[in-house]
Amino acid sequence: MPKVSLTVNGRTVSAEVEGRTLLVQLLREKLGLTGTHVGCDTSQCGACVVHIDGKSVKSCTVLAVATDGANVTTIEGLANGNELHPMQAAFKEHHGLQCGFCTPGMVMSAVDLAKRNSNPSEHEVREWLEGNICRCTGYHNIVKAVQAGAKAMAGAKAAAD
Amino acid sequence: MGAEGIGAAVRRKEDFRFLTGRGNYTDDINRPGQTHAYFLRSQVAHATIGKIDTSKAAKAPGVVAIFTGADFAADGKGGLPCGWLVKNKDGSPMQEPPHPVLAQGKVRHVGDPIAVVIAETREQAKDAAELIDVQLTELPVVGTMADAVKPGAAKIHDGGNVCYDWHIGDKDACEAAFKKAFKVAKLDLVNNRLIPNAMEPRAAIGDFDRATGEYTLYTTSQNPHVIRLLMGAFVLQIPESRLRVVAPDVGGGFGSKIFHYAEEATVTWASAKVGRPIKWTCDRAESFMSDAHGRDHVSHAEMAMDKDGKFLALRVKTDANMGAYLSTFAPAVPTYLYATLLAGVYTTPVVYAEVRALFTNTVPVDAYRGAGRPEATFLLERLVDNCAAEMGMDRVEIRKRNFIPSDAFPYQTPVALQYDSGDYQATLASALKISDWAGFEARRAEAKKRGKLRGIGISTYLEACGIAPSAVVGSLGARAGLYECANIRVHPTGSVTVFTGCHSHGQGHETTYAQLVADRLGISIDQIEVSHGDTNKIPFGMGTYGSRSLAVGGTAIVKALDKIVDKAKKIAAHLLEASPADIELKDGKFVVAGTDKAKAFGEISLAAYVPHNYPIDTVEPGLEETAFYDPKNFTFPGGCHICEVEIDPDTGVTKVVKFTAVDDVGRVVNPMIVEGQVHGGLAQGIGQALLETCVYDGNGQLRSGSYMDYTMPRADDLPSFDVATQSTLCTHNPLGVKGVGEVGAIGSPPAVINAVVDALRETGVRHIDMPATPAKIWALLNSGRRAAAE
Repeated sequence: MPKVSLTVNGRTVSAEVEGRTLLVQLLREKLGLTGTHVGCDTSQCGACVVHIDGKSVKSCTVLAVATDGANVTTIEGLANGNELHPMQAAFKEHHGLQCGFCTPGMVMSAVDLAKRNSNPSEHEVREWLEGNICRCTGYHNIVKAVQAGAKAMAGAKAAAD
Repeated sequence: MGAEGIGAAVRRKEDFRFLTGRGNYTDDINRPGQTHAYFLRSQVAHATIGKIDTSKAAKAPGVVAIFTGADFAADGKGGLPCGWLVKNKDGSPMQEPPHPVLAQGKVRHVGDPIAVVIAETREQAKDAAELIDVQLTELPVVGTMADAVKPGAAKIHDGGNVCYDWHIGDKDACEAAFKKAFKVAKLDLVNNRLIPNAMEPRAAIGDFDRATGEYTLYTTSQNPHVIRLLMGAFVLQIPESRLRVVAPDVGGGFGSKIFHYAEEATVTWASAKVGRPIKWTCDRAESFMSDAHGRDHVSHAEMAMDKDGKFLALRVKTDANMGAYLSTFAPAVPTYLYATLLAGVYTTPVVYAEVRALFTNTVPVDAYRGAGRPEATFLLERLVDNCAAEMGMDRVEIRKRNFIPSDAFPYQTPVALQYDSGDYQATLASALKISDWAGFEARRAEAKKRGKLRGIGISTYLEACGIAPSAVVGSLGARAGLYECANIRVHPTGSVTVFTGCHSHGQGHETTYAQLVADRLGISIDQIEVSHGDTNKIPFGMGTYGSRSLAVGGTAIVKALDKIVDKAKKIAAHLLEASPADIELKDGKFVVAGTDKAKAFGEISLAAYVPHNYPIDTVEPGLEETAFYDPKNFTFPGGCHICEVEIDPDTGVTKVVKFTAVDDVGRVVNPMIVEGQVHGGLAQGIGQALLETCVYDGNGQLRSGSYMDYTMPRADDLPSFDVATQSTLCTHNPLGVKGVGEVGAIGSPPAVINAVVDALRETGVRHIDMPATPAKIWALLNSGRRAAAE
């Protein structure tokens, strides 16, 4: 079986995988990172979104072998210890989650949007999230959370700069 | 209210684990030595099963075992039970055909499980399943309800395709009222079949302990105790003491995770056969063809009116699709959760409804968010708009004229229910104001200039939830009680664990229930943990559905708190050398009334577990109490939803541009969570009205079997919502709460369709069935098919 080595949440990991193994399977089944979820089998729902080299990607559409050498961040790698990332904090503050199943993908997707657009309009958020399905919230509070989280991320970046 | 008590928008305690990827869903659990199951499912809708040859598959790499329906039968195990018996018009029981765990003799829908392969990995199980040779002889397919009742139709079950033919109300009085009618409004309508689609696919792990003989089932359930009862008592004959059911974090349910499913029984039973844990996780494609579907009614309705537009009588005939087998609570949905709601918020003195439940070669249909009540509301609120058109009256005016007045409660309807409270004029007035109903015509004119057809629609609805008084549902055919259980364990240091038989799969119980306790005991919610979802921790429970968690489960917590406070007062009285009658609980302290003598809550709890100075002759040590609460009545949330749409006549695309919901949900414990519940319900209701539908072809093949075919509402399909509450209190539970889980999905579909019809009115359209897709609207507008829609 092919072997892959990659960085996941800052740690170098390597594993033997079948050719057909998906990145999400590597994360969940081999690395025990069960925060990344699988909600469909057609790459529609977005529950499995992670960052590969900083960009949001559906980890069910990527073969594990294709991520050799990549830098992957999952939902487990976002917070700083017990201190939530600004986007996570915004989801909590604005009640942008209910059952929590779509949440990891939703948050990872939102972080990528916020990096590209620090002040997205409601329309821009809704268009961006077209590939993330939530069945609980009706998106109303997710939109509010993403806008607030983007602002908070921009504020934190400005403070750091 | 305190900062964390009843009425405070407390941020959720459960969010941290979900936001950091530390949720613990069934598929996240792995047991030592675990194997994996894959179900071979029927690809045809109706066939007799001949020989099943598993010999090749059994030799495939990694295969541990293969089981079929014959193995279940040989082991003397039962089928999946139905939890509700409905009687026919003549008093005879409904047809209740067997529902084998794995198919026996016949397959009856695409997705019906035929065999299970257990292997070292999921992929190996899946690969091996392809090697099973099943001889199927196809039978004629009963694809639709119309097919089911055709003369000479193929029989899905030995007793034919009719499950029951039921009615409610006074038929003679109804006919007499229609004879007196000034005008009659009529409507034929379809309530489209939906697929629930909780984002977490179902999963189950069966784990038999050979040392103790105990079984554990981890499952994606809204009600683990109910699963333990149904599976233990009726399917596998395992006593409760040897069967633990754990429903950990569950990623949404919406009804579809109430029911006892074949996969749960299979992995539990087979784990003892193979002596190892067995895990099964559903593919989304599998979930489309194995999760119980929702709705699927075809109805004809008529309303008789007098010359003032007052409703005299309502007559309804409905066919309801049960699918191929009876799912756990299926028979109750189109009867006691549907026809009993047909009076709605109106004084209609006579209602008569006939409901025929039919079997078809489709996935079983059961409760989905709202369950029966959205079907009743859609029918009634569409019909009321037609009543207004028939009378030439304003849509709002005809509603106001027929409302049950706010001083008429308790109000007895002609279809069994007695409403305890409500103020329909108030929710209507509030919604009209928030939506700027009065300013709509200017918005319509402005839209017209842009080439858009703008419409506004209203729905004034009511629902019955907080299910339910056990004696009442028992008399109606329920085979279970519908009380709830709570256990409050005060620990020596004064922290508290609340054990509830309800189950949170998104509703935020860990926060709302903690608020109830914080409010009563005056301690911080950080000191309160809420535990649910494990039959070994909680004495019993009926679970979460029917918007019952607060009205029933919350009341059980209040009752347990009553006992805790009562006992704590006795301990405090002893320590403070006062009479228990003089002790007050204030801000977390037990105070001797009128003095500054007090003991903190933590001092009392410590004394309870370290009873050195203690009234040991009259009070037991410890501070833990259990309460069971059986509700006295249903609760009756209601309200007014107003939808505004714009239709692009060139494309037929409908955009919801404004949605206002004003709901009476009783007392609000956490307004943030309440609003979130309404938002989610609205999305599902708007989804039903505009986007979602389950499609089968004539051969019983599921065409809408993936997210590429079934239109889930996405962020860019929906607007932001204007949501408000305007509550009257429930009169029969101590919190005054009614429930909020389903109102959004119940009130919204008719508001949307009424808006679409309003937008299309000048083109002659009088009705459109859900979902009002662009193709349907474009066809109505452009291909001269208006007459067909009328």
